[in-house]
Amino acid sequence: MTLHPMISALRRHKAGVVLIALQIALTLAIVCNAVFIIGQRIERVNRPTGLDENNLFLISQQWVGAPSGDDPASVDKLDSLQQADLAALRALPDVASVTPINSLPLLNSSWNGSVSLQPGKDLRAGNARTTFYFSDEQVLSTLGLHLVAGRAFTAADVQHQAMRDQREPSIVILTKALADKLFPKGDALGKVVYFNGDPAPTTIIGLVERMQVPAVGSWTSSFTWYATLAPTRLNANFSRYAIRAKPGRLDAAMHAVTPTLYATNRMRVLDDDSIKSFAQIRADAYRADVGMAILMGVVCLILLAVTAAGIVGLTSFWVGQRHRQIGVRRALGARKIDILHYFQIENLVIASVGAVIGLLLAIGLNLLLMHRFEMDRLPVAYVLAGIVAVLALGQGAVFVPARRASNVPPVVATRAA
Amino acid sequence: MFAYYFQLGLRSLRRNPALTALMVMAIGFGVAASMITYSVFRAVSGNPIPDKSAQLFTPQIDSWGPQQNVKGEPPDGLDYTDAMALMRTHEAKRQTLLYPVQMSVMPGGSSDLPIAANGYAVGSDFFPMFEVTFLYGSGWSAQDDESRGSDVVITDQLNQRLFGGADSVGRTVTLNGHDYRVVGVTSHWDPRPRFFDLFSTDGFDDASDFYMPFTRALDLQMRTGGRNSCRGKLTFTTWDGWLQSNCVWITSWVELGSAAEVARYRRFLDGYAADQQRAGRFNWAPNVRLRDVVQMLDHEHVVPPESRISLIVALAFFVICLVNTIGLLLAKFLRRAGEIGVRRALGATRREIYAQYLIEAGTVGLAGGVLGLLLTAVGVSGVGILFQPQIARLAHLDLSLIGLTMLVAIVATMIAAFYPAWRAANVQPAWQLKSN
Repeated sequence: MTLHPMISALRRHKAGVVLIALQIALTLAIVCNAVFIIGQRIERVNRPTGLDENNLFLISQQWVGAPSGDDPASVDKLDSLQQADLAALRALPDVASVTPINSLPLLNSSWNGSVSLQPGKDLRAGNARTTFYFSDEQVLSTLGLHLVAGRAFTAADVQHQAMRDQREPSIVILTKALADKLFPKGDALGKVVYFNGDPAPTTIIGLVERMQVPAVGSWTSSFTWYATLAPTRLNANFSRYAIRAKPGRLDAAMHAVTPTLYATNRMRVLDDDSIKSFAQIRADAYRADVGMAILMGVVCLILLAVTAAGIVGLTSFWVGQRHRQIGVRRALGARKIDILHYFQIENLVIASVGAVIGLLLAIGLNLLLMHRFEMDRLPVAYVLAGIVAVLALGQGAVFVPARRASNVPPVVATRAA
Repeated sequence: MFAYYFQLGLRSLRRNPALTALMVMAIGFGVAASMITYSVFRAVSGNPIPDKSAQLFTPQIDSWGPQQNVKGEPPDGLDYTDAMALMRTHEAKRQTLLYPVQMSVMPGGSSDLPIAANGYAVGSDFFPMFEVTFLYGSGWSAQDDESRGSDVVITDQLNQRLFGGADSVGRTVTLNGHDYRVVGVTSHWDPRPRFFDLFSTDGFDDASDFYMPFTRALDLQMRTGGRNSCRGKLTFTTWDGWLQSNCVWITSWVELGSAAEVARYRRFLDGYAADQQRAGRFNWAPNVRLRDVVQMLDHEHVVPPESRISLIVALAFFVICLVNTIGLLLAKFLRRAGEIGVRRALGATRREIYAQYLIEAGTVGLAGGVLGLLLTAVGVSGVGILFQPQIARLAHLDLSLIGLTMLVAIVATMIAAFYPAWRAANVQPAWQLKSN
């Protein structure tokens, strides 16, 4: 079959052709970028934090009438309040282990600083940014972190200090990512580093495989995996406890903590927001990402459906218009399959033109999003997959009206128009 | 004639049910997606204090210097030294310092368990500057600022919880174990975005519970419940050490009535920074900013990127739906070429045909609008999957959104019908009559 008669036939339906091509072009541009956004968001949400997230929950609470924590006596008082809570929580039957901690990955409340190989280098000149997790000897088992080198903290390592006290810890555990950044040769264990421009050295005693920083915003992208664990209980008028429940006992443990803490000390603020499972923390942190992926997914599906429906509608109209011509062709010897192919190839030609325009639009839209919203460059694979998808969509949509056209009997040619 | 064409249009909707349903659904989905995302965008990008936003300014002073500031911009908050220096000069008509504080309050009644209460430490000018509305009482006076009194303004929400909504002016509230005298109760005052505290919040935090005097909060050595940002090696361990440090944690606002006042205040800020440089506190040239409310909202990127991206995608989606509608209308109208030919032969002018088909498109738009309205109502209640609850709550279906949905659906469909209706009006009657 030659394309010439088809092209000259299309010339007589300029408006319809332009509309279908335009629709395919716009659909391709939107769907490519939307699927790319979905892929990026899903990748972000699925990165593991490094924690064993099952059976883990967090309590954030505040004491009422607690001392300021500015003098040694009141720091000791605050620490005894915290120790009492820890003892009560650790005694619960459904609880496997408990650790006091200032924040958790994905919690969006963080304590960040710098780490350097030389003493006295301040934040800007430091070798890396890092986030601090202040906790105690039960931190690895409670959070389910994997120690890959060195040793864990022992009870004897654990200090306590006021939240406002700027002393740096004497020993720390780093994430492997941070250790490798500071010591690219991989010999970080036992080496000395300096935190926040402090002249006092800190020794690295252990490395954990992976641990994410608390914040998920784009400002943390330069140090997402650079975490430092310090064996320090922080004393302030509030505290956080990460709790690992025994397997399958998460709900029971979460229900048991409120009465237990009130029995220890009634003068505290402990409300519905105070106790959160890690699943809840994760859902809150990634709400916008998951929502964006769902929104883009729904838009893509409806868009493809609308475009397919539009092709069905216009092609049906053309089939109706050319009813008699189809009869003539059939009477002159064209087979059913020839008629079917005619409409399929016609659609392929229009869709290909649309796809070429759509390719340019997709790249243009991606450039706009890159410029305005710090998006990444759209990989070519997405566009190619998108082109294949819209061509397939066109063929799928055109099939029903084309089949109807192929069923037009040759006898139509003999009837008066 | 309009009513007749409208009736014809409604009748023709029923003639090709499949084609009509396609068009109505395309317009319905398109307009609903646009309206849902627009309702959120409208909520987050609105001006929270339209009549005064050009008179309220937040001064920023670079106390960190070019080595430690971010991209040459002064920090978004002030340190204690600069904040108090600005306050002491009384250079502006009205001015206030503020920072968020977190406390606990005893609810009274049958419960003896304390509850959390979040509020702000503010100056007396805060209330007239930001047009805080009161249910009972009022703010405190400048004398109370000076005498560092234990006054508190509570919000209607906390008033409901503590006093059952009664006039509580003169009664006592216990916050963190200290007694405060209630001097006022606000009425539903919670501007969104919360323009006055973009340093510690993203503009969409939960509503506040109380406002207390800044001077009193300092006396009680209350730490900020919000952001505290410091630079370099920190050596302080005490409250006073913190106050003297380079940590920024205070937001300052001034009210300046005229362009002349703004220019004078700008000169004053520059002069202040130059004085600090001469005194040796800053080793860099004055680097100050004076942004008004709208500039501040823009500077702090209050509109979440999700809101803009989803609005762009939804509008593009709507455009595709309209392109689709043009094609379908073309098919629908030209299918009736014979009918048009007869009408033209009987004396109808092109203009009449054109009007008839535009009105018919309008009825399609109307039906699409009704569907879009239903989908918008469903979608607006579901925006919680995309935005945090504090933002999702702001999106709601009000009368203006309903009107806009219908208007956009009908107008857009009629614009889409310009070309198909023109084609219909240009049908050659002779040709149609002959071939039929």
